[in-house]
Amino acid sequence: MTTSPFDSYRPPEEGRRRRRPSVGSQATDAARDLARTGRTWLNRDGGGRREAPAVPDAEFTDYYGHPVIKPVPWKHEIPAYLFIGGVAAGSGLIAAGAAATDRPVLLRNSRYTAMTAVALSGAALVADLGRPERFLNMLRTVKLTSPMSVGTWILSGYAAFAGVTTAAEAARAVRLPRRGALATVQRTLEILDTPATVGQALFGPPLAAYTAVLLSDTVTPVWFESRSHLPFVFVASAAMASGGVQMVLGPTSETGPVRRFALLGVGTDLLAMHRLEQHLDGLDLREPLETGAAGRKLRLAKLLTVAGGVGTLVAGRSRTVSVVSGVALAAASALTRFGIVEAGIESAKDPRYTVAPQKRRLEERRRQGNVHDSIVTVR
Amino acid sequence: MGYLARQLAGPTDPAPDAGWTEAPERKGFFTDTSICIGCKACEVACKEWNALPLDGLSLSANSYDNTGGLGASTWRHVAFVEQSQDRIAQARESGRRLVELGMPGVGAPPARREAMPPAPVDGHGPDLRDMLAAANATTVEGTPVVGPLPDFRWLMASDVCKHCTHAGCLDVCPTGALFRSEHGTVVVQADVCNGCGYCVGACPFGVIERRSDSAVSVRGDGHVPDVGVAQKCTLCYDRLTDDQTPACAQTCPTTSIRFGTREEMVAIARERVAQLHQQGFTEARLYGANDDDGVGGTGSVFLLLDEPEVYGLPPDPVVPTAKLPEMFRTAGLAGVGLLGAAAVAFLGGRR
Repeated sequence: MTTSPFDSYRPPEEGRRRRRPSVGSQATDAARDLARTGRTWLNRDGGGRREAPAVPDAEFTDYYGHPVIKPVPWKHEIPAYLFIGGVAAGSGLIAAGAAATDRPVLLRNSRYTAMTAVALSGAALVADLGRPERFLNMLRTVKLTSPMSVGTWILSGYAAFAGVTTAAEAARAVRLPRRGALATVQRTLEILDTPATVGQALFGPPLAAYTAVLLSDTVTPVWFESRSHLPFVFVASAAMASGGVQMVLGPTSETGPVRRFALLGVGTDLLAMHRLEQHLDGLDLREPLETGAAGRKLRLAKLLTVAGGVGTLVAGRSRTVSVVSGVALAAASALTRFGIVEAGIESAKDPRYTVAPQKRRLEERRRQGNVHDSIVTVR
Repeated sequence: MGYLARQLAGPTDPAPDAGWTEAPERKGFFTDTSICIGCKACEVACKEWNALPLDGLSLSANSYDNTGGLGASTWRHVAFVEQSQDRIAQARESGRRLVELGMPGVGAPPARREAMPPAPVDGHGPDLRDMLAAANATTVEGTPVVGPLPDFRWLMASDVCKHCTHAGCLDVCPTGALFRSEHGTVVVQADVCNGCGYCVGACPFGVIERRSDSAVSVRGDGHVPDVGVAQKCTLCYDRLTDDQTPACAQTCPTTSIRFGTREEMVAIARERVAQLHQQGFTEARLYGANDDDGVGGTGSVFLLLDEPEVYGLPPDPVVPTAKLPEMFRTAGLAGVGLLGAAAVAFLGGRR
């Protein structure tokens, strides 16, 4: 039984545990004494020695440095998937271009690249799941509010078209007999070839771009705040990566358009990354992109992008320069993906990056007299 | 507001939006941290009822908080903050500033408006108004303060899943493992979850987490259920189904955790914060009671005695899916750009 004067404001408990009168009157008496002297635990004013607080006074506005949000529990498989998926997406477009402009070696190379990449993408995604045996649960629903669900269907659609084009390419390569079931299969594949090529090309851009939404649709500060710029970085990165791979694999006589494609990627990547950095700088969120392992990766990525871009520009008919530039561009793309993912995860681990931008935008809204949408209210 | 428009942001009743017909009233918690005593009975009751595994046993040296935070196997977490006099003064001042801002003006103000507390229940003891009259300190508004600022205070707050109106975790779940219950709460179906971890990154409050294999069983057979599965408070879905109170609310000895319909919880919360302000405790403020906030209001409403970040809560959470249409539009533009780049590269140049 407590003896706080506030007990007088406690409503009677209904139906159970009735106070015994003797105890009740004692409490009331004690409370009345306190009320008479006016001294309670609430208005006593020091005197006597007190224990020093266990935690020294500090101007912290976070909770013991604990993160406010949780970083996504993603390992290296996800940035690897972002890169490989980018290669797949770009390769599909290159394959369509090669088919349209009659470049057989480029067509073959890009189709096989696309199929390999999409298979590796699937493997990376399954490996990343907490329960890989439940991968197919992803296909039990279509959910437009979930970029991961949308992406799964984009990847599945892309893989289906890539399967057909790869089979058509393989069937051409192995010279099947002219009669019988195999010949029917080959004829079917020939008929399906063009629509599948177009389908693969149309699924390519969504495959390259959705991964940016996948990252941005989280509360991870760096990713969420990058939402207006990240899709451009990612499609540019996909163009660089897929172009780079084909520059490595194909003869220079057929890879002219691929070099142009990669160069457009380089230009867009440098511009979009610059704008992304400027944007995050304004929110005091640039630090995760510049420090630690992520910072090193992104700096190296920029260096390789510029070097690979210059190399691509001057490569001409030189196979060696073309291969070296291609490798540089693909590596730059991979490093960009790893750097962005790691920077995001770092930004989620530090409460500063979560709390400071939120407080700033809250203050900004309050200064503008906009107080209706605050989660903190006083009435 | 149209059905589609209210799916991602803004005030709405989530259960009917999720397709429940004749859903019961939305349920929620009201956690009044001003009367929390930090006993952690809620943590224990939650662990017991939900048979949650052990997720570490260590001393953090962060006041009495050895739990750390909410996680896959911790669905209630009591925060402890130790504050000195100047911090209390700052909290009181920041709360007073909120009043000056005219915040937030949602809904009707609570009925009780007099500057003094009401008379006590008959026969229950002395009148608090006598005490208040004896204390000579007043706030800048001239409202009497209950005594001078103490030298030190402990903030204790039992944190829990917010069961947001617009739940990021639920919206981004690619399998449909997370669903909106008929009570308006957000629940994980462990057998559907494939452990992708996307929900973990989509929660603005850092609540949901994937259970790791480092969890230690508390069962006789040593089995840890649902490893690799995202887990969080279900607002005791099983108990609600049988019209029972959630374990934490039922066990709370001070009624700091209250359970009921959300409407009722918000009403109690508003009344309580007004009462504390009238008594001069301007540091009191509500968290999650505003349906116009970044998550459309939370099912779990809190009364805090300082800025939310002091308790490890985000000061201005926004559910990421609120910006999803904008993100998809940007991505679409970028995708068209990529298609155009390929066309230019192949068709624009010389052979």
